[in-house]
Amino acid sequence: MKHALAAIIWLTPALALAADPALDARNYPGPAWSPYLVGAGIGVLSWLTFYFSDKPIGASSFYATVAGAFGKLFARRHTESLQYYQDNPPRIGWETLFVPAAILGGFIAAWTGGEFANEWVHPMWVARFGESIALRAGVCFGGGILMAFGARLAGGCTSGHGISGTLQLNVASWIAVICFFIGGIAVAMPLYFL
Amino acid sequence: MIDPGEAVKKTSVSEPPPVADPSKLIAGLVFGVAFGFLLQKGGVGKYNVLIGQLLLQDWTVAKVMMTAIVIGMIGIFFLHRFAKVNLHIKPTKLGPNIIGGLVFGAGFALIGYCPGTAAAALGQGSWDALFGMAGLAAGSYIYAEFSGSLRGSLEKWGDFGKVMIPDLLRMNRGLAVVIIAVLLTTALFVLEKFTVR
Repeated sequence: MKHALAAIIWLTPALALAADPALDARNYPGPAWSPYLVGAGIGVLSWLTFYFSDKPIGASSFYATVAGAFGKLFARRHTESLQYYQDNPPRIGWETLFVPAAILGGFIAAWTGGEFANEWVHPMWVARFGESIALRAGVCFGGGILMAFGARLAGGCTSGHGISGTLQLNVASWIAVICFFIGGIAVAMPLYFL
Repeated sequence: MIDPGEAVKKTSVSEPPPVADPSKLIAGLVFGVAFGFLLQKGGVGKYNVLIGQLLLQDWTVAKVMMTAIVIGMIGIFFLHRFAKVNLHIKPTKLGPNIIGGLVFGAGFALIGYCPGTAAAALGQGSWDALFGMAGLAAGSYIYAEFSGSLRGSLEKWGDFGKVMIPDLLRMNRGLAVVIIAVLLTTALFVLEKFTVR
């Protein structure tokens, strides 16, 4: 049973690959820069954020801050009564600018590299699920809800736990990042190969 | 943040103001631009690359993350040894770490971006990231809604406090850094040898 399961997990990508190149994630020209160069750059960037800002790189708390600010706009008392916002009152800080600035950084990188996509749905998604923007939007929104809930529960995301926590040899982060990928693989495989 | 380690950098523990001072905000801006730039150049703002990792076809994400961990770890522990930086260790709680991690992963597979790479994706003109980001804000509020009751239940399961791998292995920190750097570098060589991307 165990071996059969392992065989299915490992064989399905290969089978799908043989069937349809549009469903192969590698069917594109490749990233602009080597992953090792980019990884080293992010490693050095984390030295700088620790040294100059006393902050580990992290992204997910930004979304909680935005949600809290909106919540306070529409239901101030209720939002302020929530445990999470009592512990982490929404404020404009380092993290609040970090994520919007990353949007700008992504734009500069894409623009200078001639990789500006300007698309609502990626071709690989279209090959599997069709061109409906509404379907993609719904799945994205639902996925975002699950991801943020999971990140807050686990205490961080692929940046905060996956890079900053693991590099500090934080046990919680190693457990969380392994679970990110177990959960991700368990859902992505049937999504594309069943 | 009080540092759990032996070398401690001076840090303020006073109540933060509603808007941080401009020099901090500018630093956040500069580092954020650099982060988004690197993510996009590495291809990890692309839907196919991220979902490709979860389908075990494209190993770019693992290569970027493991390289960042090796380089980041060596520098941070070196700086910490000389009291130049604080460590920011989060408590290990098996229940929320594992369940939260799995739920995060399920969402990751649906959206195909994570909270950081969604920003880079939006910048590169992948507009579907917008819906994901809206979902991330909604999910954060839903968590906050339940944070009171979660605090008293699930978030108490398996609480080990702030532990690091060297504490767990009863090992010198420097030695742990060397061992993990060697293990991850070996894994990177294996990936490079056996994967196309």
